[in-house]
Amino acid sequence: MKFLCISCDEVMAFAERQIPGDGTMAAVFQCPGCDREMAMLTNPMETQLVSSLGVKVGGREVPAQPMEGVRGGLAGGRDSAFSEEEDVGGADTVPGGVASSSSQGWEGDAEPEPEWGENPRYTGPVHWSPEAVDRLQRVPRFVRGMVKRIYTDYAREKGIPTLTPEIMDVARAELGLEGM
Amino acid sequence: MRKFRTYHDVDKSTGSQLLEQVLDQRSRLAERLAGIGQVVAVASGKGGVGKSAVTANLAVTLSAMGRRVGVVDADLNGPSLARMLGVPRGVLVDRADGVVPPKGAAGVPVISMELLQEAEDAPLRWQDPGGDTFIWQSTMETNALREFLADVAWGELDYLLVDIPPGTDKIGRFLELVPALPVALLVTTPSELSRAVVARSLRMVREAGIPSVALVANMSGYRCPGCGERHPIFPGDGARRLSEEGSVPIWGEIPFDPRISEDTDRGRPRVLEDPEGEVAQGFRQVALHLEEAAGEGKVSGAGKVSGAGQVSGPGKASPHEGSQP
Repeated sequence: MKFLCISCDEVMAFAERQIPGDGTMAAVFQCPGCDREMAMLTNPMETQLVSSLGVKVGGREVPAQPMEGVRGGLAGGRDSAFSEEEDVGGADTVPGGVASSSSQGWEGDAEPEPEWGENPRYTGPVHWSPEAVDRLQRVPRFVRGMVKRIYTDYAREKGIPTLTPEIMDVARAELGLEGM
Repeated sequence: MRKFRTYHDVDKSTGSQLLEQVLDQRSRLAERLAGIGQVVAVASGKGGVGKSAVTANLAVTLSAMGRRVGVVDADLNGPSLARMLGVPRGVLVDRADGVVPPKGAAGVPVISMELLQEAEDAPLRWQDPGGDTFIWQSTMETNALREFLADVAWGELDYLLVDIPPGTDKIGRFLELVPALPVALLVTTPSELSRAVVARSLRMVREAGIPSVALVANMSGYRCPGCGERHPIFPGDGARRLSEEGSVPIWGEIPFDPRISEDTDRGRPRVLEDPEGEVAQGFRQVALHLEEAAGEGKVSGAGKVSGAGQVSGPGKASPHEGSQP
């Protein structure tokens, strides 16, 4: 699917995706010639049709997770289907840190924490605040390991060393992780 | 009427990255399958011929021969292989590089929708944000099967057996995912009805250019426990007729034995329970033919087909001779 700006005879370029959480999607395209914008609005069925292909309009913010289509789309997933090896408390996704109880959060190392976006190629440990851990604990175990990796990858991508519920909200909106 | 450029006139991408993501999916699938010697589709087209039992018993037979084997239960709507291999509630290990499947009988790893659903009697349902499920359901299922193949950490395997659900269209859908499939085993029975349906599947896999196609004739007779004689269950001999008419070899004839069902129901394939019995001998013949085809270079791994010839002519091939009464 392509959108052609007839006035400029230019292919409009993808600019932005919004997922309001009601099953619909808005994808904004912009003409590189005249800057005119248009929004493609999809109904829930159309959104699902694209989603069922395992792709995202505008590309991915974070890498595809193993079996994300099945785990994100299956109704009635078995809660104990996946082991807790990388579930909440998994130290291997908290490099250099210690997995502690949810009330204490997950500790990264002792280095000072940069502000949001200060280090966009951040590769160090991602710290989870106690509140963020509590929220993640409420995610069904069927998808929890996958969701945890998605948030961690998002934080690294954005150069965010500490995940909080507020950042999770932003990530959820940007990534279209409704219900996660 | 205004004239403006059509889709094919415009070569510039919109940046929506849909095509790139689809190509990335294919790339990930190819990378995963690169570690697998042979992907073997166990199919039929016909329901009720025992494809899943054949898959489970063949997997265990190959494993007992020292081969590294994995099983994909592609029957998303009627999964059974996790149960047949003894891990109906098996746990998958969640890793960033892929989901590690549980190991069932004889150490055979298996992925099945059965492992993922909470209720054992639940029909397969997807979260439905807006109705019109019928429009996207088959796409969702194809994507799920792709994930079963590409997102499971299979490691290095000699064989990955894929149990294809009934329906000729299901075979076609699988071939879309793995276009260079090297081996297809078509399970049939001696019944005339089975012959007619499986003939359609045979035509489909032939047209797809699969280099190695063979039949497994399941339910080929029944040995009476009273007199010890083997009697036919079905009138006629549809499997042999299909073999003759379709120029496709029979790699094994598996006798009907109610214990096959009893054993697989409790997660212990028959070939484990009675490794020297007639059933085990039949599966050993199938396994030997598979090994022979691989050894002859007719198949050389998923996506890397090296030969284009058909397997030997119709009827029993050599490893099978003398194994059945």
